[in-house]
Amino acid sequence: MQITINGKIVEAQAGQTIHRAAKAAGIYIPTLCYHEKVGAAGKCRVCVVEIEGSPALQTACSVEVREGMKIQTRTERVLNSQKLIVDLLLSTGTHDCLACDQNGSCELQDVAYYLGMERGSFKYADVESVKDDSSEFISVERSKCISCGRCVAACNNTVTNRVLDFKYRGHKADIAFDDDKPMGESSCVQCGECAQICPVGALTDKLSKGRARRWDVEKVYSVCPYCGVGCKLELHVDRKTDRIVRVTGAEGAPTNNGMLCVKGRYGYDFVGHPDRLTTPLIKENGKFREASWDEAITLVATKFAEIKQKHGADTIMGLCSAKVTNEENYTFQKLFRTGIGTNNIDHCARL
Amino acid sequence: MTNDIAGLDKSDVALIIGSDTSECHPVIAARLKKAAMDGKVKIIVIDPKRIKMADFATIYACQRPGTDVAVLNGMMHLIIKNGWEDKKFIEERTEGYEALKEEVAKFTPEYVEKISGIPAKTLEEIAELFGKAPTAALYYAMGITQHTTGVDNVKSTANLQMLCGNMGKVGGGVNPLRGQSNVQGACDMGGLPNVFPAYQKIGDAAVQEKFEKFWGVKLSDKPGMTMTVAFDKAHAGEMKAFYIMGENPMVSDPDLHHAEESLKRLEFLVVEDIFMTETAQMAHVVLPASSPAEKDGTFSNTERRVQLLFKAVNAPGQAKHDWEIHQMIANKMGLNWNYTKAEEIFDEMRKCTPSYAGLTYKRLGFAGMHWPCPNEEHPGTPVLHIGKFSRGLGLFTAIPFKEPAEMPDKDYPWYFTTGRVLQQYHTGTMSRKTPGLNNLAGPHVMISVEDAEALGISNSGKVKVSTRRGSLITNAFVTKRCPKGTVFMPFHFAEAAANKLTINALDPIAKIPEYKVCACKIEKA
Ligand code: SF4
Ligand code: SF4
Ligand code: SF4
Repeated sequence: MQITINGKIVEAQAGQTIHRAAKAAGIYIPTLCYHEKVGAAGKCRVCVVEIEGSPALQTACSVEVREGMKIQTRTERVLNSQKLIVDLLLSTGTHDCLACDQNGSCELQDVAYYLGMERGSFKYADVESVKDDSSEFISVERSKCISCGRCVAACNNTVTNRVLDFKYRGHKADIAFDDDKPMGESSCVQCGECAQICPVGALTDKLSKGRARRWDVEKVYSVCPYCGVGCKLELHVDRKTDRIVRVTGAEGAPTNNGMLCVKGRYGYDFVGHPDRLTTPLIKENGKFREASWDEAITLVATKFAEIKQKHGADTIMGLCSAKVTNEENYTFQKLFRTGIGTNNIDHCARL
Repeated sequence: MTNDIAGLDKSDVALIIGSDTSECHPVIAARLKKAAMDGKVKIIVIDPKRIKMADFATIYACQRPGTDVAVLNGMMHLIIKNGWEDKKFIEERTEGYEALKEEVAKFTPEYVEKISGIPAKTLEEIAELFGKAPTAALYYAMGITQHTTGVDNVKSTANLQMLCGNMGKVGGGVNPLRGQSNVQGACDMGGLPNVFPAYQKIGDAAVQEKFEKFWGVKLSDKPGMTMTVAFDKAHAGEMKAFYIMGENPMVSDPDLHHAEESLKRLEFLVVEDIFMTETAQMAHVVLPASSPAEKDGTFSNTERRVQLLFKAVNAPGQAKHDWEIHQMIANKMGLNWNYTKAEEIFDEMRKCTPSYAGLTYKRLGFAGMHWPCPNEEHPGTPVLHIGKFSRGLGLFTAIPFKEPAEMPDKDYPWYFTTGRVLQQYHTGTMSRKTPGLNNLAGPHVMISVEDAEALGISNSGKVKVSTRRGSLITNAFVTKRCPKGTVFMPFHFAEAAANKLTINALDPIAKIPEYKVCACKIEKA
């Protein structure tokens, strides 16, 4: 079907919301509470638009398109309404962006930028930081929370851990872990789904704090090195330091759709760990000494050849690995079968 | 898994047996819990521990460790007795049904109760819910396989699913949840003593010829040794060299004294890894490798989905990709390998691996694809055995019940069982490098409230756990999730290595050690 957005004719599909149709056509309509995974919550009302023939402003995240619909996204009325909402949000939280972990990927910041707003204009007495750093991996800054409800929906309906809920309503609305415990003492399993889906800096990854600005990282797809689910990862890499500074789950991936568990999301310290082996080692008189690749490889190849000649190839055993790639398991068994000449290859996965 | 992850909310009923899913496969658990919460799938949990999944289950049953065959036979007994079996499926797609029927005839609910401790009435409820479901899936993990009857257990799960006609359809299937990121791929690639890539049999004349032609060398047609047999032979001084890539049997082996002694007796031990593991310390040569974040390549997950990894950071120092190391050794041994990147290896591999033949890096793209995928037009296979089993007819196997190798007795009155916890992974080589994960989960033994009270053990108090193999002292984690008479210990921790206590008794066929059951003694320390 065809609809008109800001005077421009746009293709849309039946059942699509105005927001999705606009997005598909490259037109930005700000959103805060809406997220593909948790759907339209209709809470923040920052996505309002004017529809010809309808007196009240409508939320683009929930209203579906109709043939011939005429939509305006930037009228004065729309912008004023959005500004009022954002003004209130900015005024009621400690939205100091400078060292905020979300800076650069904050959806409130994006809306403020779109509306050209620097800071809130209302003066409230009780705006101060309310931090909860009790959990291992996630920082909670309640004063940045905009009560969008995404984390609550995600914790309950996506990862089904049933930890998060809202306490109080309206202006005082606030997230609560279990019956309002500090996060670290609650039944939270630190899966980080809430931190990944929070649009602002209210729930952030502790390990990433101060590690790299959001715009300085490159995202690289990988697969979780731990269990067999094979969750698809986005590794956030700081090219200057050549380090992974954050891991997120790949939204839309058929295995995990953005979800991860605590290991996959936060267990990446091993990659750049100082204990990593960096050079071949050869044991002499019970102690290891560093060796060149050439020396080590020569020793391995000669020893294998020698043992093969003296005792037969079947006295050599290879253990392949569930932690290396298919390609590398292939080359390993090929080395054993074609180079050493034995089928003595097994894996440790029974263990 | 015969079925895919995306299809798991298409079942009417899901039976989880021998899988602590939310601890060991958390993201699959999330999807199953969600399906249960939305009323799409009714969950049945059978596990010695009252695992978290039980909180989402319609029925939970606690069985004694090592009694899975009896429980599954008991379910089949009731299903047949009540006529809930899928007669058409049995008729058209299976053989050996009569023998199965005869075997399970004696597994009345009362008999099964005596063996497993599951009340007869609960078993009846389970059989009814499962047997009457139009489509039911079965999920298991190491709780089924790590037994001296591991193969029997696995065959029993297949019996049940064929009996109910749950094979080869969306929402059904026998779904083992693989424990490690690429264990599926390691097996697919021929990382097994008796098969080439794609499970093509060693010793089959046509297969031998094909690979000799493809690789251009003469190949041994003698199946190799499994790891457990190789360790025994090393212990006896018959093995001379081991080359261990990225594994740490010095923490994961069923009998660590035995493993250590075996490795010590080798003339030459090469370990290729990213850390100086307990195993690497015993090596004569250690080769530094790259981590998954440092390389391009593919992993195959538990649902047979082949997914791409891309290099994110550089490997430290002189560390090299495992395939580069293999290539250097191969060339030093006089072979002529010229791979310049992972994709070239993949493209060679798929030429001799029929189930991967149609996969290319380009096709794998963002989502990856399921093998078998025989050609480049094929869309991949999310659900196996639709219309036909690979062997033709599905074979029922009559499985008698056998007790675990070691049962609790007067001297060692508790069941001792091992497994994983959410926050750690395997031998801890990777997960224990993140301090936060260690803060969340350190060494412990899970013990029931009743047993703890009787012994005067408090939560976090010290306990001594002993078996006929050895003893160790660790912290108690007193929990309602553990039943009286059973203790559970995670095996991730070298300093409190559960595998110093486990029994080195193997499944006669799969050579899997019985990590899930032995007898122990608990004392306050
Ligand atoms: S980390 Fe996971 S379990 Fe914890 S509150 Fe967030 S979503 Fe819920
Ligand atoms: S913590 Fe974040 S996701 Fe949760 S309600 Fe507040 S702003 Fe929304
Ligand atoms: S993130 Fe967790 S559930 Fe996903 S593959 Fe990794 S370990 Fe498994």
